[in-house]
Parts: sequence; C-alpha cells; structure tokens
Amino acid sequence: MLIAIAIMALGAVILGAMLGWASIRFKVEGDPLVEKIDSVLPQTQCGQCGYPGCRPYAEAIAKGEEINLCPPGGAEGVQKLADLLGREVKALDAEEKPKQVALIDENTCIGCTLCIQACPVDAIVGAAKQLHTVVAKLCTGCELCVPPCPVECIRMEAIPETIDNWKWKHPVIAIQPVPARKVA
Amino acid sequence: MFQLFKFNGGVKPPGNKAQSVGQPSATAPLPARLVVPLHQNIGGTPRPVVKAGDRVLKGQLIGEADGWISAAVHAPTSGMVRDIGAYVQPHPSGLSAVSVVIEPDGREEWIERQPVDYRNLPTDAVQTAIRQAGIVGLGGAAFPTHGKTTPAKGVPMEELIINGGECEPYITCDDILMREQGEGIVRGTAIIRDLMQPKKVLIGIEDNKPEAIAAMRAAVAACGENFDVVAVPALYPAGSAKQLTRMLTGKEVPVGKRSTDIGTQCFNVGTVYAVWRALALGEPLIDRMITVTGNVEHPRNWRAPIGMPIADLLALGGPKADTDGVILGGPMMGFVAPDLTVSTVKATNCLIARSRTLFPPAPPEMPCIRCGECARACPQDLQPFEMYWFSRARNFGKTQEYHIFDCIECGCCSFVCPSRIPLVQYFRFAKSEIWAREGDKKAANSAKERFEYKKAREEREKAEKAEKLAKAAAAQAAKKAAEAAATGDSLPVTTPTADDAEAAKKAAIAAAMERAKAQRAAVQPRNTDALNADQQHAIDAVEARRLQAGLETPAADNENPSS
Repeated sequence: MLIAIAIMALGAVILGAMLGWASIRFKVEGDPLVEKIDSVLPQTQCGQCGYPGCRPYAEAIAKGEEINLCPPGGAEGVQKLADLLGREVKALDAEEKPKQVALIDENTCIGCTLCIQACPVDAIVGAAKQLHTVVAKLCTGCELCVPPCPVECIRMEAIPETIDNWKWKHPVIAIQPVPARKVA
Repeated sequence: MFQLFKFNGGVKPPGNKAQSVGQPSATAPLPARLVVPLHQNIGGTPRPVVKAGDRVLKGQLIGEADGWISAAVHAPTSGMVRDIGAYVQPHPSGLSAVSVVIEPDGREEWIERQPVDYRNLPTDAVQTAIRQAGIVGLGGAAFPTHGKTTPAKGVPMEELIINGGECEPYITCDDILMREQGEGIVRGTAIIRDLMQPKKVLIGIEDNKPEAIAAMRAAVAACGENFDVVAVPALYPAGSAKQLTRMLTGKEVPVGKRSTDIGTQCFNVGTVYAVWRALALGEPLIDRMITVTGNVEHPRNWRAPIGMPIADLLALGGPKADTDGVILGGPMMGFVAPDLTVSTVKATNCLIARSRTLFPPAPPEMPCIRCGECARACPQDLQPFEMYWFSRARNFGKTQEYHIFDCIECGCCSFVCPSRIPLVQYFRFAKSEIWAREGDKKAANSAKERFEYKKAREEREKAEKAEKLAKAAAAQAAKKAAEAAATGDSLPVTTPTADDAEAAKKAAIAAAMERAKAQRAAVQPRNTDALNADQQHAIDAVEARRLQAGLETPAADNENPSS
C-alpha cells in the first residue's frame, strides 16, 4: 500500500517536472489568435474602428469585439474574420469606400508638419516650413492627415483604374431573349 | 532522325493560315499619325524623353527603359511629336495609358545607325545594347529579351530553342518571316547562341509550314551554322514555349522555376530577327510583321510600324461589309480590340477582322457536366474543371492548390468544353484577383512594419527627451545648489518638474502669439491712414450727414484717428 502511494507520488513529481519544463521550453509568446486576426486586417492604421491602430482592434476582437467595424477591410474583410473566428457574418458598420490616396495641394501647404506627425506609416515627407508631399506608394488612405491640416490643403483622391491595376471581371452569362412560343 | 517527345492534350482547331501566305509580305504605307504607347513590355514603364513639338528621326529614342526589366521605345519614322498623353491601349481593359503621338513627315530620315560589334563585346554590353534597342519577346508575351539571355547560375545551358511553332489559327507572321528573312533569323540566333553558350540550338517549326522549314534549312546551310531545324507535329499549342520545349527536349519546367533552371531557353523567330537587325544594322525595334486576315478581301502580312492605328492597317486588307470588330492576336488567345483607334504594339502579331459568320457569337454557357474533356485537352496537365469550380466560387486558395498559375491560358479547355463554358475567362479572373490580393497583402505588411517602426521611434524620442530634460534639470539644480553654497543661502532648492516645463512652453507660445499680433498690427496699413485733403473732406461730409441722420453717435466718430 505504502509502496503504491510512493510510486504514484514519484510518478506525479516526475510528470509535473516534465510539464513544468515543457511550459517554459515551448512557451508561446503573445496571443497567436491576435496575430492571426491582425494579419487579416488591412493595416491602414486608420482608427476608423475606434481603436488606435489595427493591432489594438485585433486584440479587442480576440476579446469579443464586433468584427464589422473595419471600413477599409470591407465586406470581404468581415467575411475573412468570420471564417477565421467561426462567427456570423455581419453587414459592415460603415460605408465601403474605394481605395484612396492623400494628395497635398502644394500651393496651399505652409509646411507646419502636423500631417507628418499624424501619418501612422511615415508616408509624408517634408520639414518645418518646407513643402510636404505624400509618397503615394506608401499611403494607406487612412485620412488621418486630413483633420490636423490647418489650411485644409490635403484631399483624398480615389485611386483610378489603370492598365496595371485592372482586373479581369467575373464572367457573366449574358441573358438572351427567348423567342416567345406561339400559343396554339 | 531527331527524337521528338510529346505533350499531353492539345487540340486541332482549323488552321485558316493559307489565306494570308498567298502573297509575300509588304511594307505598310505610313499612316497620317502614329500613336506609340510607352509601356509595351513586361516590367518598368519607359520614361518619355521627347516633348510635344519636337522633331524626331526614324529610330530616335522616345522612351527610355526604366529599370533592368524594361525596354526602350523608339520613333517608328521621322516626323513631329504632336502630343504625349493618355490614349486607349490595345488591351482587353480598353483603358488608356501614356502614348507618344507622332505625325510622320514622310521623309523616313534615319538617325545615325551604328552597328554594334557584338562579337568583341562582353555579355553585359551586348545585353544592354539589346535593351537599348527596345527588343521584347515578339511571340506575344513582350518580356524584355535581354532579361532572358542570362543562363542560370550553376546550370549549364543545354538547348537554345528558337520558336517558329506559330500554332494559333490564322496567324502567319512568323511563317512569312522565316520564308523571307531566314538568314537574319539564323544570324540573330547565332548572337543569342554566343551570349548563352548552349550545347545545341534547335529551331522548332510546325510541320504545316513546309516552305518555312525548307527556307530555314537553306538559311542555316548558307550561314554555315549547325542548328537543327526540327519539324514538330502541328498540334495546338505546340508553339507555346513550354510545349515546344517539351516536344524538342522532353524537359518540363518545374513549378516556380525558370526554363534556364533546366538548361533551356526559348526565343521567338521574330525576336531573334529583331536582335540581329538591332546589333548588325543598328536598327532598333520600330516595326514588325503583322498578319491582317479574317473577314478581309486581301489577307496578307504587312511589315507595319509600331504605333500604327489598327483602322489603317485593317483598311489595307479591305474589310468586308459585315466586319463587326477586330481580334488582336489569334482566335484562341487574342482579345477583341476595344476600338479601332488603338494602335499596334510590339506584341501585336495579328489582326483578324471579325464577322458573325466567321466567329458566331458564343452560345450560352451551360452547367459543367464533369465530363473531363478539358482535363484531357489541357497541355499543362491541369484539371480545368476543378479550377473552374473554385474560380467561380471565388475560392482562390483552392485554385492555387490546383496550380492555376501554371495555366498558360491557351484556351484548349474552352475549345473542347461541350457546355461552352468560357473556362479561360474564369481563370484570368481568378489570377488577377489573386495578384491583387497578394499586392494588398504586401502593402499591408509594409504598412504594418512602417507603423511599428514609427511607434518605436516615437517611444524612443520620448524617452530621449525625458532623459535630456532630467539631465538639464539636474544640471540646473546642481548649479543652484552650488550658488546657494557659495552665497551661504539656505533657500530650498526646487527641481523643475514636467509641469513647470509645460507652463514655460505655454507662456512662450502665448508671448510669441502676442508678438505676432503686434507685428501684424504694426505692419498692416489701415485704409484710413495718410488721407489727402479731398478724401478727408469727403469723409467729414459723410460723417456730418450720418450725424444728422442720427445713425452714429459722436463718440464713435471720435475714435477716427484722423479727426
């Protein structure tokens, strides 16, 4: 009887030590779910969801926040999040906008650097009292630079369709009129 | 006897080639204006180097190659540059892109043509010369040719393949070029051979072009080269680089690799001919052979300048009355020109006038019955019906699992489909969606990286600032303490806090604003300053009248500095 208890206790100690070692050795840094959600979000860092950036929103979603708050992600983004999390698809809680890029009117810009500070992805170049400009390739179209501008010289422009970004359309089946059958 | 291999699948559409090879090729007359698009190659868009109003000579550079994978663009004739602007492109989208409009002066004045001594130049100098001459793959892909002439590292070049397959119905531009310019093709092949040092050179031609095969054999013998001219069975798409390579060598390019990784490379006959003209004669790529056929009175091959409006080229063939459009390229892989004002580009090999009798409208799509005909016809050994389901359902991950990017869009599957499903259109749709998504993903990742970097930088700056402030405060305190010690004063030393710093900043801003206000007030002259006698008189009169009418109190009048 005593031996049996001792064997069980020894086994428990050994297995417990192994578990303890494994939890240190194979420790997962951060929450993998947040990473996964973050990789689905469009990374515009626009804050339109009410969170300061995409990652905070991903963290909030992991804690149970709604998945339909991201306008740049669009309906497709909601779909992807729903697939990832096994939640129900919901209509987007905002209007879906075409992709945009910020444009600084060079005649009006006074070189105040406020937009540079507002840009979350460092896509605006310029210095104090120097003309600023947007690096269009890096601009995510988040609109965060628009409100701080004291002279309202920044406007958002929809990215036009060019041959380089043109996409083949989903084939549509043309509906053809069927000649009416004569009723005998 | 040369051993040939086979590829699976393939179809045999009616050739319709005999019509346009009845006559030798001719040079197309210059049109009233040429619209030369700048972006005619895969890769970077060339930068325009001329402006409206410039006079250009034939062969003069008008678009400079941008980046290594890019090819220069040249003026096809001498004349005046009338405009540089957006014009509708010969592209299925029908969208516009930057083009140079040249009004020919009819004098055809060449620039000074300088042949390149390619035999005594290092490889990269010859490649640069090919790039400067604006040569791209003329079989239709328009990939810059110089970019294909570097063998893979560590893989010996086994076979250089020259593609005279031309398997698509109606098109005969390569056929006629081989019949008429065999020697130029062989000499161009020799240039590429010298660049790539392959063990063998194979010229593959479909056996439905016996005249071209005979002409090429004669040309090879005349030039004293040891190239193999091989007749391959006519089976669409034998003229596709991958299928031709497989037929001639039995090798298949693995997924995600290039043909040089298995020691082969393939060039179109038109491309090597253009290489020879560029290096031996100093003539950049400014014209090409184009087949004008289909619903026209006189189908023929024309040597046409790049940038010729297709309406002018079509007129040379004499379109019949019921022509209702133009197909650019062949009937299997081509597309309908968005309108007749678009011009020919380096990749344009054929214009087919369309009519309802020649090309009846596509019958309505029926449901897929899973017969598997498309998989049997696919020369790339894919399963088009599976890719079709997933493309249609927008399940793009699955389409990639079925290797949609190995699809060469040859159209065999659509050709054999008993339900007439436009399969290739579904695959093109899926491919462009996948590309767009990958682009978005890349942009999102870079945005994330930049955002995180900015956050880290802001944190660091904050920390640095706090440290600096703390240091300054400590220095100040030390100074005060020293002073106190020197004077023997025992006042308590106050360390400046962040609040103090904030308050000082606010005060400084307020003072600056005050100063600015004062400055403005001092600088701006008031319109009531420095009045002359007449004006003063008028003002006094007005004021008097106002006073009489009781509109203003005399007290307000007193504020007038001039009174």
